[in-house]
Amino acid sequence: MGELRLMKGNEVIAEAAIRCGCDGYFGYPITPQSEVMETLMEREPWNETGMVVLQAESEVASINMLYGAAGSGKKVMTSSSSPGISLMSEGISYIAGAELPCVIVNVQRGGPGLGTIQPSQADYFQSTKGGGHGDYRLIVLAPSSVQEMNDFVDLSFELAFKYRNPAMILTDGVIGQMMEKVELSDFKPRMSPNEIEKKYGSWATLGKPKNRGRNIITSLEMDSHRMEVNNRRFQEKYKQMEELEVRYEEIQCDDADYVLVAFGSSARICQKAVDIARNNGLKVGLLRPITLFPFPKKPIGELAKRVKGFLTVEMNAGQMVEDVQLAVAKTKCSVPVEYFGRMGGIVPTPLEVVEALKQKLIGG
Amino acid sequence: MTEEIIIAGFGGQGVLSMGKILAYSGVMANQEVSWFPSYGPEMRGGTANVTVILSDNRISSPIVNEFDTAIILNQQSMDKFEKTVKPGGVLIYDPNGIIHPPKRKDINIYKIEGTLIAAEMGNVKTFNMVVLGAYLKAKPVVKMESVDLGLQKSLPPRHHKLIPLNLAAIQKGYEMVEKVQSA
Repeated sequence: MGELRLMKGNEVIAEAAIRCGCDGYFGYPITPQSEVMETLMEREPWNETGMVVLQAESEVASINMLYGAAGSGKKVMTSSSSPGISLMSEGISYIAGAELPCVIVNVQRGGPGLGTIQPSQADYFQSTKGGGHGDYRLIVLAPSSVQEMNDFVDLSFELAFKYRNPAMILTDGVIGQMMEKVELSDFKPRMSPNEIEKKYGSWATLGKPKNRGRNIITSLEMDSHRMEVNNRRFQEKYKQMEELEVRYEEIQCDDADYVLVAFGSSARICQKAVDIARNNGLKVGLLRPITLFPFPKKPIGELAKRVKGFLTVEMNAGQMVEDVQLAVAKTKCSVPVEYFGRMGGIVPTPLEVVEALKQKLIGG
Repeated sequence: MTEEIIIAGFGGQGVLSMGKILAYSGVMANQEVSWFPSYGPEMRGGTANVTVILSDNRISSPIVNEFDTAIILNQQSMDKFEKTVKPGGVLIYDPNGIIHPPKRKDINIYKIEGTLIAAEMGNVKTFNMVVLGAYLKAKPVVKMESVDLGLQKSLPPRHHKLIPLNLAAIQKGYEMVEKVQSA
């Protein structure tokens, strides 16, 4: 067993980055995620592993530093909160278009605009449907505990490099600010350029040896036909992610009449709601998507064949509910899909969830 | 066992660190724990609170609407959190600065003169540990050995010389807490 500590989610992101052999972090402070860079600066990993930590002059600068460093085959990451991610979105689109791996952490706060600094999940659409321009997708992982904040850093890098695609850890102020027990991962050494090339192939711009052609990293392609070929390749990649990388957790779904669907901190609230509902004699379960893209459509479709209804619980105006509706519609089962949520930084309580379930689905 | 606690007072009273030491004591006793602070605008307005949950089982929601115990250290927090104590639960408060003492009849109420005791001990910073001692008397959720270990884990080594003083403050609070009402 690894080292057991009591840490904030944000601190764990920083520690996990150092431990998984991350080469560089570029960021800009914003509540509620500033502890990520604070922890890195305190830990001074440049003395320990050689990892670079740099406070850029803005979010726009940090995402472009990420773009450049990723192009040289380095394991690099950034973190921010909602308004900062909006600023980064152009760069994220470029990185996706240039097919480069990197990890972006969004510790969401309430929006739109500067909004509030309290927890929110209102960036679901931004993370899973785009955010930046063009037909691209991010691999999106939604941790619901401090332990998963640790586990998903390494996993995100693995997936990002496997598909040469940016991966996002989509979390929020609850998980970022709370402390829980965490078993930290063991240290992995940083990879050398040769090791990266061996494991993931030669695509990084590390200087051209005589025995291969140039590696060119760009998102620009003036020839539309060639650009369409690129797009087809991207789509093929996203399809493969949908086939291979779906992750989710089912809690007490086996005998459930009604299923809550929630991710991240909402899923924690819903676990308590499931307990309360079951104490009241209601057979309720929880499906927790862990990957938001690729979305667990199939397991939801399977449940649709036997349950009486779904309730999505989100800290937004109802975003993931659309993906659940699509997944259910595909099965041609006429199962109701309802939404309950709070906005603007308000976290719903377990009792509110149970009440919503009764009102919207069960009746009475 | 699951104990859901809110600790609420002014920023600077050591509310968050009291919660952290309690949570770390739980970790040392092999319990599941969560610690969720107020980090929002209310904190910038001078008040601070933290929800700590200790449990033998996996903790579902780190945010709850009612508490087994409320530790209340200023009037604003009394107004906000007295009503959130579960019937039969525990409310602990320091009367210093409290204009309207708790009115509920269905809860157990404890009083601790934390501000006074800490001042008498010659270090007002031990206030939060006096209150922690009072809590541990009212609700012995973790053993003193675990608290000792919790202090060692949550304080950076350069502050370890302060642990005996902190333990003395906890002991003092443990002895001086006064039960003023039974549910």
